[in-house]
Amino acid sequence: MSGTIEQIQREIVDEFSFFSNWTDKYEYLIDMGKNLPLIDPAYKTEDHLIKGCQSRVWLHADLDQGRVKFTADSEAVITKGIIALLVRALSGQRPEDIATADLHFIDEIGLKEHLSPTRSNGLAHMVRKMKMYGLAFTANVGK
Amino acid sequence: MSTPATSRTSSTAPPVAAIRADFPLLQRTMHGQPLAFLDNAASSQKPRQVIDAISQYYQSEHANVHRGVYEISAAATEAFEATREATRRYIGAASTKEIIFTKGTTESINLVASCFERAILKPGDEVLISMMEHHSNIVPWQIACEQAGAHIRAIPVDSAGELVLDDLDTLLNERTRIVALVHVSNTLGTINPVERIIAAAHARNIPVLLDGAQAMPHMRVDVQALDVDFYAFSAHKMYGPTGVGVLYGKEDWLDRLPPYQGGGEMIREVRIDKTEYNELPFKFEAGTPNIAGVIGLHAAISYLEALPWEVVEQHEAQILGHATELLNQVSGLRIVGTAGQKTSVISFTVDDVHPHDIGTLLDQQGIAVRTGHHCTEPLMRHFGIHGTVRASFGIYNTIEETERLYTAVNKAVNMLR
Repeated sequence: MSGTIEQIQREIVDEFSFFSNWTDKYEYLIDMGKNLPLIDPAYKTEDHLIKGCQSRVWLHADLDQGRVKFTADSEAVITKGIIALLVRALSGQRPEDIATADLHFIDEIGLKEHLSPTRSNGLAHMVRKMKMYGLAFTANVGK
Repeated sequence: MSTPATSRTSSTAPPVAAIRADFPLLQRTMHGQPLAFLDNAASSQKPRQVIDAISQYYQSEHANVHRGVYEISAAATEAFEATREATRRYIGAASTKEIIFTKGTTESINLVASCFERAILKPGDEVLISMMEHHSNIVPWQIACEQAGAHIRAIPVDSAGELVLDDLDTLLNERTRIVALVHVSNTLGTINPVERIIAAAHARNIPVLLDGAQAMPHMRVDVQALDVDFYAFSAHKMYGPTGVGVLYGKEDWLDRLPPYQGGGEMIREVRIDKTEYNELPFKFEAGTPNIAGVIGLHAAISYLEALPWEVVEQHEAQILGHATELLNQVSGLRIVGTAGQKTSVISFTVDDVHPHDIGTLLDQQGIAVRTGHHCTEPLMRHFGIHGTVRASFGIYNTIEETERLYTAVNKAVNMLR
């Protein structure tokens, strides 16, 4: 994996600093959404569904050699682009780092509004769920 | 009562500029762009006259109603009851006893459904709704039917989003106890042929409730001309405040029904073992009402009463026509709901693009629309879709805004494809 959560967040903030307008920024998100590796269809089930009001979002997590691997999908491509950022920052990291991560990059790249619990896209719930996986796997690793 | 700026203009051109000037929120921006507010079917903005009436009430006229012995309380009661009279006049009801203040359309429907469950519905009875109902005209009836052992039947919808009335004579039968129908569809804009359905129901002595939430902002409604038994609507969709709605009910129906909720206001005499209920309309208004909201509703009604309705309807029809024509030019765009009679609501889907993504990119361009199932999941299932983008217009929207919508949708679709 390419560094700590903090390093990856700084990379993302750097990348977004090149965008001078909203169109470029959203085109980048859309591209990332289109390129996000799809979740294994076996996990695209009710169990893995994060209940957002409008676009369905699925999340799956595996623990592999002490690292958490996230895969995810959404019906809405912009949501998927934001998920791709979250997966990039958190997938492959240690469970305890995920559980305690401060995801400041979301605010710094001007996407905080999409992570607000008042938005009905399921993303706020998704971040909580990723951290919960981190917490749960921390307990597992400790066993 | 204050009147809108429009009543002072004598021009026959749509007085949109004057109307817009009455709505402070329309002056604001969204993401640095002038706001195009096209989510009026969810809730409309409020004119200064409504905002001022509420503010004025709290600043110098507030006291509880119907029980005071002092000047301010008597004045508050008078203002409260003056709204009832204004509402009666506005919808053409026979008596103020037939005007019940509620929290909104949802509560108005729940009131009737709950009272029908306790007083009318028996096992095996039927309630007739339609496939295009808002959840708030489905779920209350499901709850009532479940409790009473009754069943729901639904009038089907065709591919244009119009009711299919071919089987109306069998759908209305000796087991039907009430027809509960949307007057204007919130998702499609379809204006239903309610006169015909009311006549068919009445021929079998079946009462009809209309969900008028989406009709009231777009047309003048006369409940006696419609001969409808119950009519439910919300203030906040007709330029009034949130948290206030109205249930109109024919007096003989309201007399027959038991109270909805128990509490203060709705009683004449309370003993520990037995309570005598108050007369209409107070029998259905338990607890301290939303006095400020009701006073705001009066201001909204006064505002609407002063509008040149012919001009407004013509203007909205023009907006609908222009926006429909433009959106139909977007590649892969399909308008959901193409009924012959529509209010200024346009729902659409675009091939291979999720409605939520379009909504997000319209937001960035200063355009407020709604995306999703619009609380009409059975209707979405009928069309085989999960949701739509919905642009819904009101009295203050402009032709220029329909053009901005078209440009913005095109841009969004190009970005997303």
